[in-house]
Amino acid sequence: MPQHGDSDSRSAVDILIASDRVPANARPDLLTEDDIWALLEEVKDPEVPAVSVVELGIVRAVHWDGKELSIDVTPTYSGCPATELIEELITEALRAAGFRDPKIKQVLTPAWTTDWITDEGKEKLRAFGIAPPEGSSSKMSLLGEPEVIACPHCGSKDTERVSEFGSTACKALYRCKECLEPFDYFKCI
Amino acid sequence: MTQAEALKEYLLRLADSDMILGQRLCELCGKAPALEEEMALMNVALDLVGQARNWYEYAAELIDDGRDADKLAFRRDAHDYRNLLLTEQPNEDYAVTMGRQFFFDVYHYFTLKSLTESSDERIAGIAAKALKEATYHLRRSSEWVKRLGDGTEESHRRMQEAIDILWRFTGELITPDDTDRVMAEAGIGPDPDQLAKDWRGMVNEVLTQATLTPGAEDAWMYMGGKHGEHTEHLGFILAEMQFLQRAYPDATTW
Ligand SMILES: [Zn+2]
Repeated sequence: MPQHGDSDSRSAVDILIASDRVPANARPDLLTEDDIWALLEEVKDPEVPAVSVVELGIVRAVHWDGKELSIDVTPTYSGCPATELIEELITEALRAAGFRDPKIKQVLTPAWTTDWITDEGKEKLRAFGIAPPEGSSSKMSLLGEPEVIACPHCGSKDTERVSEFGSTACKALYRCKECLEPFDYFKCI
Repeated sequence: MTQAEALKEYLLRLADSDMILGQRLCELCGKAPALEEEMALMNVALDLVGQARNWYEYAAELIDDGRDADKLAFRRDAHDYRNLLLTEQPNEDYAVTMGRQFFFDVYHYFTLKSLTESSDERIAGIAAKALKEATYHLRRSSEWVKRLGDGTEESHRRMQEAIDILWRFTGELITPDDTDRVMAEAGIGPDPDQLAKDWRGMVNEVLTQATLTPGAEDAWMYMGGKHGEHTEHLGFILAEMQFLQRAYPDATTW
């Protein structure tokens, strides 16, 4: 049964529980913005746990003045169901480091692009069995032929697209005709 | 009509069309003809619902009467819905599902493309994101129209039938009303003439490649969705879509 909760009292409880998670001896005031970026490197994408939210380019900015912390994040796709979860994971990681009330701000502009995935992130995707996005998002053709995608398992370029849409919004489904393995391709957008 | 009124109306149209088509596609969850198709349909639906949410959030801020995005989606009746009639048409066979998608995707693609240059920055931002998704949708639906149209004798016949069934709902996509004109004049919405030209151009190009025949440009068209006058289908969609939120208003935990 759904609960007809009073949203105000609920959020107060949330804050209480959250503040309990903050370690008593944490000294976030000693941390720099670089330290915070390093901390966020540990937050993995829930759908592609091989890469961090920083490597995927989801974290756009860190604002830290020694007292207030706010993080700009951008969703990969408009309807990405992992967006809220990612924001929660980031909040949790920051609280664990001692930040009591980190703010997460969602920014839509400029729109996320696979061009923001770092080279390291792309390598990790490949090692994880996901072909990283090929080329630049601006060169994507509308009605033309699909790009040539190398198999992340054997490196062969003799691959075919099975479906433009894969297991999550950000992936397409491919098959390698050389080693016969199916694989996900991280779509270029 | 003032520009402020037109803007609220226009945002609801964008949101409602995304929402209703997304809901239609979700009906195929667990019933699509192939696993890959199911994933694709649900991905497209997810994109559309996500875009709807972005438009609803902006609309809710401007309407500013205490309703949030969820209330706009789940607590309005059919006559308050502003979606295009095309988006509420039933899935029928796969030719109709993909034909409906194709006609919408062409409209959606050119509309969003124009909105990325909107004088309203919030709209331009939402559109820039949505355009990337809509480009994939259009690529896929146009491929299906070509594959079915230029396929077997049966797939060609059924794809042509789908075009003929759906054609009467396409006029609404490219026929402007006052709201559209006010938006265009303010530099917020697309130029209606350009939109109609772009839509016809791409539809004709793809249908020709698919060996299919478009309907007549002067064919009689069903209109009214943008003003809340819907076909008999919308009420059923809303009854299912809104059931939970109507049965348990303001529930915070499901
Ligand atoms: Zn291979």
